[in-house]
Amino acid sequence: MSYAAGVDVGSTQTKAIVVDEDLKIVGRAIIDTGANVVTAAEKAFQAALKNGGIPDEEVEYIVGTGYGRYKVTFGNTQVTEISCHARGAVRMFPGTRTVLDMGGQDTKAIRVRPNGEVVDFCMNDKCAAGTGRFLQAAAVALEIPLPELGPTALRAEKAVTISTTCTVFAESEVLSWLGKGKKIEDILLGVHKSIGTRSMALLRRVGIESEVTFTGGVTRNQGMVQVMNDLLGFPVNVSEESHYMGALGAALFAMDRILASRAPTA
Amino acid sequence: MTDKIDGQIVGRGAAEGARLFREWFKNLTGAAERGEHTAYVFVMGSIAEILRVFDFNLVFPEINSLQTAVRRVAHEYLNVAEDYGYSPDICGYVKADVGVQLRGGEHPMGKIPKPTLALLTNACNTYLKWGEIWERLYNTRVLTVDVPGSRNARGQTWAGDPDFEHDRQYVEYQLRELITACEQITGKKFDVDRLREAMRHTNAMSVAWRRVLELNKSKPAPFNALNEGTIYLGVANALRGSPEGAKYFQDLVQEMEYKSAHHIGTLSEEKYRLTFVGVPCYPIFRRFYELFSEWGGAFVASTYLEFAAGGLNLGYEYALNRPLESLAEGILITVRHAMDAMFFQNDWLVEGIDQYHVDGIVYHPIKSCRTVSTGLADNRRAVMAARDVATLFIESDMMDKRVVSEAQMKNRIDAFFEGLATRKLHAA
Repeated sequence: MSYAAGVDVGSTQTKAIVVDEDLKIVGRAIIDTGANVVTAAEKAFQAALKNGGIPDEEVEYIVGTGYGRYKVTFGNTQVTEISCHARGAVRMFPGTRTVLDMGGQDTKAIRVRPNGEVVDFCMNDKCAAGTGRFLQAAAVALEIPLPELGPTALRAEKAVTISTTCTVFAESEVLSWLGKGKKIEDILLGVHKSIGTRSMALLRRVGIESEVTFTGGVTRNQGMVQVMNDLLGFPVNVSEESHYMGALGAALFAMDRILASRAPTA
Repeated sequence: MTDKIDGQIVGRGAAEGARLFREWFKNLTGAAERGEHTAYVFVMGSIAEILRVFDFNLVFPEINSLQTAVRRVAHEYLNVAEDYGYSPDICGYVKADVGVQLRGGEHPMGKIPKPTLALLTNACNTYLKWGEIWERLYNTRVLTVDVPGSRNARGQTWAGDPDFEHDRQYVEYQLRELITACEQITGKKFDVDRLREAMRHTNAMSVAWRRVLELNKSKPAPFNALNEGTIYLGVANALRGSPEGAKYFQDLVQEMEYKSAHHIGTLSEEKYRLTFVGVPCYPIFRRFYELFSEWGGAFVASTYLEFAAGGLNLGYEYALNRPLESLAEGILITVRHAMDAMFFQNDWLVEGIDQYHVDGIVYHPIKSCRTVSTGLADNRRAVMAARDVATLFIESDMMDKRVVSEAQMKNRIDAFFEGLATRKLHAA
């Protein structure tokens, strides 16, 4: 049995996935990227191998993806996270026609064909507003642990309006709402809605076609999932694997290469 | 034998273009020192033919500005202008020129003489405000030739139509005013035979440029429309109406015909043929090209070579037996086309997909020029609705490296090529 791996080096976290020849996920890992990107990639890969109990030498091909994809020094090639998220999303949810990937520092809207081919894509431009970083800034300002942001927002009664388009200034705006006596829940829902609205603009640019699959680290935030469902008017596809979608896509591309190398040549 | 000819012809246009430009800037330095009459003009309607009659030195501030970016010193000039009070949002070309002026004409290619005349057209609204800056700085005489544009998409009128004749006469009247102004400024009498001579050279350049553009339909394409094309474009503007310009373009046709006949392209393997839309990313000019060429992507066509060529791309030839009348007609058609080429270019792009065997279209809106960037999103949608063609939309700038993010750009370009590769795979 041969295995293929994908390592997605993101700005905040590094994810690794190992798949077998049946394209089944057999190992996974996630770690904080930190300052040393090369080490993070290596650690995530080794952790995924350990998770699946797979010997290093049985992994035949490795694809690096994410902003740090060129730092996956042990990898065989690189594929952008745009292609990888599209590929992973269509694999997990074959009805996917639109992908929304919300990561630490960028958000992408991707329109795909049934075969996983990327038709069009659009990303936030030179600004982290509307990304996971925006949520982090709010978490710091409100002194709430990141995992509690979503559940807290879901308890809101009436969202405040976060009008700024700048992550740095958003922190000031959050504090000003606190000063006006607004409830933390309402402020947080406002933050989530602000991000959701910006994401909708990206989605509209590529054209929203159902099904929409939500990927990336922010998918773990239930508040964000709910806001996207509300804004779209229908539920997004989301699963346990959503955070790993880029790494999964990379692993699938890696398996393609293995299988292609075995194809008989004329 | 072929190798020897290859060495003599292939790459000649780029090398000779660079030499001519160095020479041109050297002449400008001399003109600045001698205090000669100098006209500041723009690529979209320079009317160089009349100015050459009066021996004006020609300065293209747009070319001066982009040269500061290519030579990686644009930030110095932009900073001078911003320190003076110009906003980061103002056109980078304007600000780099303001920087040049505030530095006394100091430019990386030489010294730029001050303007004794500024000649504008309405092809870009910023031209008008730009002219006012020189007027205030130097009390320069500013003349604007107002060229009627198209009233609506595909609604142009042509010779024989009364509306066209009204427009042509309107332009001709303004040209006569320009001639009078030139006589007043230089003290020289207008010589219609010298005008005919300049127009004859422009005719030769126009026919040649159109031929050069058409030859890039060959597979592989003989030149890259992004980098080499920009060198040719510079010569087309700077030497318009001159014997050197005519000779250069006749030689260029010869080079391109040779390359086309011998299947000589610009890459070791031309995998993807692309059309470029917009103005190049001059702050990382070479790297920007490499981001595409590393994937085997060759730009075979570019809207820049259409709207910034002073209309030479149309192959329009002046009638030398009725020079002023014909010059007015040519200016009307070509400047109008420059404006249309920015606003109604989706038709041209769709037609070009088959003509140039295009695999993908790259849109490059730029932060500091809304004139060429506004409408590109809509343009892209129209093209994609008309044809199932891969497109890429990447924004940066033609001058300001502060808004050029190479890492983000590379990510998008890589994804674009991955998509193109998948398309080819599925199509096979």
